Amino acid sequence: MTTIWIVVGVVGAATIAIKALGPVVLGGRKLPPRIDGVVVLLAPALLAALVVTQAVAGDRRYVFDARLVGLAAAAVSIRLRAPLLVTLVVAAGATALVRAV
Amino acid sequence: MSYRDGARRIWPIGVAAFAFGVSFGLLARTAGLGPLAPIVMSLTTFAGSAQFAAASILGEHGGAAAAIAAAVLLNARYGPIGISVAPGFRGGRLRRLLESQLVVDESWAVSVGRGAFDVRVLLGAGLVLYLAWNAGTAVGVFGGGFLGSPARLGLDEAFPALFLALLVPQLGTSRARSAASLAALIAFVLIPFVPPGVPIVAASAACLLGLPR
Repeated sequence: MTTIWIVVGVVGAATIAIKALGPVVLGGRKLPPRIDGVVVLLAPALLAALVVTQAVAGDRRYVFDARLVGLAAAAVSIRLRAPLLVTLVVAAGATALVRAV
Repeated sequence: MSYRDGARRIWPIGVAAFAFGVSFGLLARTAGLGPLAPIVMSLTTFAGSAQFAAASILGEHGGAAAAIAAAVLLNARYGPIGISVAPGFRGGRLRRLLESQLVVDESWAVSVGRGAFDVRVLLGAGLVLYLAWNAGTAVGVFGGGFLGSPARLGLDEAFPALFLALLVPQLGTSRARSAASLAALIAFVLIPFVPPGVPIVAASAACLLGLPR
């Protein structure tokens, strides 16, 4: 029981600190232009990494499954400029369909 | 742009977050964490993948150190994510500390996804997700098997689709496209070699392409 609470406490405190780091230390300040050029690229870089890991990552291995079909369906939907909600429904629907058959 | 815009953009993801909260509550309960610890964890940690990892490691008697290491590695990406939005935060340190807790992948992604970053969009979206995640956890802990597995409903696919949909408008410049391609490559190559979470953090190094030449 104590092990559980140690994990809950340490993970909670660490996560709060990690999330707070940027906004508390750098919050409300304009970044120097040198740094700004780097920071604007964080969003596309992190989003691309999230797409890849969410789509094919298992625990230290690749998992190629129905998620890829959903992602492909989402790509088509985005290409056709569908609203976000439609894209999400299309992706979830395509994935569920493949899993059902 | 306002808090309400954030809430409006995020609600479909809020439904998925609720379902995942239910599955986290169920999994944590099955893993022997009792009813209170998962609820406290969702309230304080508020980061799905890290919580799933910690709960399943505890369930397999993996030990506190392994559970903590996995969860912290999975959440390390919130360092660079927080830095990317830091200039938008207002007010004193305590307010920034509290507001920064509403930063999760999805609230961050919908606030940077279109046009100029507005912290109110992030906070509105984050609050919806926070309520959905915690309500879901409570439902799952107290026996909510009725939703079935989010995987069976295809709900897990809503997340990569969301990130892809939000990535595309970010690719306006050639530097952004290069950074995204390099990041995707770094993350992909590292997947088999490092624990989950590390590929995302390592991929953030692709932003160094933005250094003045």
